[in-house]
Amino acid sequence: MIIGDTKPLEEILEMIEGRERVLVLGCRGCVTVCNVGGEKEVGILATTLRIARKKAGRPGAVEERTLERQCDPEYIEELADVAGDYDAIVSIACGVGPQFLSERYPDVRVFPGINTTFIGGALEHGVWAERCQSCGNCLVHHFGGLCPIARCSKSLMNGPCGGSASGKCEISPDVDCVWHLIVEKMAKMGRAEELEKVWPTKNWLTSRDGGPRVRIREDLKQ
Amino acid sequence: MRLQYPTNIKVIQLPCSGRVDILHLLRAFEDGLDGVYVAGCMEGDCHFLTGNLKARRKVEYVKKVLESLGLEPERIEMYNMSSAEGPRFAQVANEFYQRIQELGPSPVPKAQAA
Ligand code: SF4
Ligand code: SF4
Repeated sequence: MIIGDTKPLEEILEMIEGRERVLVLGCRGCVTVCNVGGEKEVGILATTLRIARKKAGRPGAVEERTLERQCDPEYIEELADVAGDYDAIVSIACGVGPQFLSERYPDVRVFPGINTTFIGGALEHGVWAERCQSCGNCLVHHFGGLCPIARCSKSLMNGPCGGSASGKCEISPDVDCVWHLIVEKMAKMGRAEELEKVWPTKNWLTSRDGGPRVRIREDLKQ
Repeated sequence: MRLQYPTNIKVIQLPCSGRVDILHLLRAFEDGLDGVYVAGCMEGDCHFLTGNLKARRKVEYVKKVLESLGLEPERIEMYNMSSAEGPRFAQVANEFYQRIQELGPSPVPKAQAA
């Protein structure tokens, strides 16, 4: 799923400064699962903003709402009758949310209330780690199910580099060297010789280097 | 055993301190309450294993929120006590009451009583 982080409160307060009616808008997708942008977090952020306003003796309402998703126009459309009533919408969905909202409601000021950080999964409750960089050509099966693109600091296809020491990456003793893990895992599976293959330079055109990506499914398109 | 503690402390009972929610704690401050404390069981004695530890972390979280709002983080606290310790309950209540007296009223205006 897409993982996000809350933005510092000061930053959000600055965004809504001088804007009377504010809507904090959550999303029931990824950001609900990673506890950063669901109904509960909408309640916490909106309450916090209301405390700040009351304390400062400022007027204005901070309202709460959560859409099924903010990455689908049909749900964004649900705000059609009310969007114009707000002086600011603070979206706590991933970065797609504020963009879809701004496109659909160009006269409303929309702000991103979270930072979208990476594609990953939960290691335990409250801990998430990056696992995929959406390179557009998945190869993890060649590397024991471990992604060298997202998890090697240099995205090396032929690792490890000389900086790998005692299982850790040279950038930090807190970061596992994924190439160490790949070699260990492949050896354990009796597939070590597969790592002798030298990978040619990866074609990054399927990734962001090819420019913004659009996926068209002719079978689904109407 | 009859023990005295300040009458303007409103007790809200929960099955376990772990049930306390960040949102509940914040709502109290939104309504202009001057302080909130969570009374949980002794650490290591939770019937649900880690409820009181989770409560403490939530209290710590709210402390940070209060701080970034320019409110004193001392307005919220976590205390651990055993249910067999009546005198300690009263002592904590008095202690916290004293602390809030010293801090003075919250700068957030009180909500109108319904
Ligand atoms: S190889 Fe590419 S698509 Fe597969 S997990 Fe890694 S970054 Fe994601
Ligand atoms: S030490 Fe390992 S993870 Fe770090 S850059 Fe080198 S190969 Fe990649």
